[in-house]
Amino acid sequence: MADYRDLFSRLGGELRVINLGLESFAETLEGLGVPVLHVQWTPPAGGDPERARLLSLLEDEDGV
Amino acid sequence: MAVDCVTAREALGLADRTVLHSGPPLAWERACPPVRTAILCAIRYEGWAADDAGAQGLVESGAVKLAPCHHSGAAGPMTGIVTASMPVFVVENRPRGNRAFATINEGLGKVLRFGANDESVVTRLRWLAREAGPRLGAALRAAGGLDLRALMAQALRMGDEMHQRNVAASSLFARAVMPHLARTAPDTAAVARLAEFIGANDQFFLNLAMAAAKASADPCLDVAGATMVATMARNGTDFGIRVAGLGPRWFTAPVNTPQGLYFPPYGAADANPDMGDSAIVETVGLGAFAMAAAPAVVGFVGAGGLRDAVRITEEMGEITLGEHPHLRIPTLDDRGAPVGIDVRKVVETGITPLINTGIAGHTPGTGQIGAGVVRAPLACFEQALDALAAARARA
Repeated sequence: MADYRDLFSRLGGELRVINLGLESFAETLEGLGVPVLHVQWTPPAGGDPERARLLSLLEDEDGV
Repeated sequence: MAVDCVTAREALGLADRTVLHSGPPLAWERACPPVRTAILCAIRYEGWAADDAGAQGLVESGAVKLAPCHHSGAAGPMTGIVTASMPVFVVENRPRGNRAFATINEGLGKVLRFGANDESVVTRLRWLAREAGPRLGAALRAAGGLDLRALMAQALRMGDEMHQRNVAASSLFARAVMPHLARTAPDTAAVARLAEFIGANDQFFLNLAMAAAKASADPCLDVAGATMVATMARNGTDFGIRVAGLGPRWFTAPVNTPQGLYFPPYGAADANPDMGDSAIVETVGLGAFAMAAAPAVVGFVGAGGLRDAVRITEEMGEITLGEHPHLRIPTLDDRGAPVGIDVRKVVETGITPLINTGIAGHTPGTGQIGAGVVRAPLACFEQALDALAAARARA
């Protein structure tokens, strides 16, 4: 983790993280004092590629 | 608007020797024990058979037919049993010109909706038909109808979510109907009997909420291409949904058993899988969807405290199309209840609708043994998504 902080400090900024998906990653970083914004995310349709395709087929409708 | 209370024969055109039940279509052979005993009790109540054995013979021979409440414009709690002579509330969606119907809630304890079927159940059903129904009908006609949406909006502000908590709504209904009941009843004793009956039942309003929800949801079944859920219902065997853009077709999967708290001495092993048309209230943004409005319920159903209630309402917001313009939640700064379950959002996120529910005992006649929450099965929504995509491809 210290290496990453060095990298960000050389780039002229603080390490700030946006974490997608597994919340435990965010919790670990928070435990190290790193500012984290956690975003709840899972693959569409639980990762089922066929249903993901059907979702994209229907996504341009407004639902009602 | 609740405009009347008349027999199911008159309101639904329900024929003799037909028993309506909750949920999607269900064959006798697949019915769970409480639904079976309730069907037999209704047949005895109607006088079509003298005992359960004779009643079962009529069902098995096809002389008595079974059909879902939803196919006749009705919504029934738990077992959802409706027969021709039972009185039903008539609820009108005036802007859309359609009506929906629900029986009078029988109260707690040994009741038909939980599968009880002894003579005390039949006696109460006969009183409901002979006195309660006609008197409530006369009162509602004299009132020119009661505005249920306004009543429910107020009850949400008083801690009800209109599924497992209806104490405020029941009280508001009693306050509104009593003057008309007193004016139209033949004697004070009749008024007193009804006042005691309504006052002793905190869930009295549930059936009215269900009919109101159905009256508002049913017109959506005619919206071509729409991905919004218009019906959710269960019958103790299957959970079923109907979708606005797909008309009357049911998408079903095995129903789940609720998780919750049990009245001593019962436990999870005594629970029947979930049943009832009451999930129609979640379909329109009430029940678990409005959990944040009802902190007292979240503990009653074993789902935590106020923070959990807010989290649940927010989670249901992830799978809905908008917020209800009239049914607002005071603990969320008056935001509308999440409404309009979108099949696509359910499949995309894997978040399934949560439903507040009473838990019936698996052993017939046990009645309600607890209260809890239950998830709709994802498979219903996956099937509906496939059908929506197929319809889209054909268009």
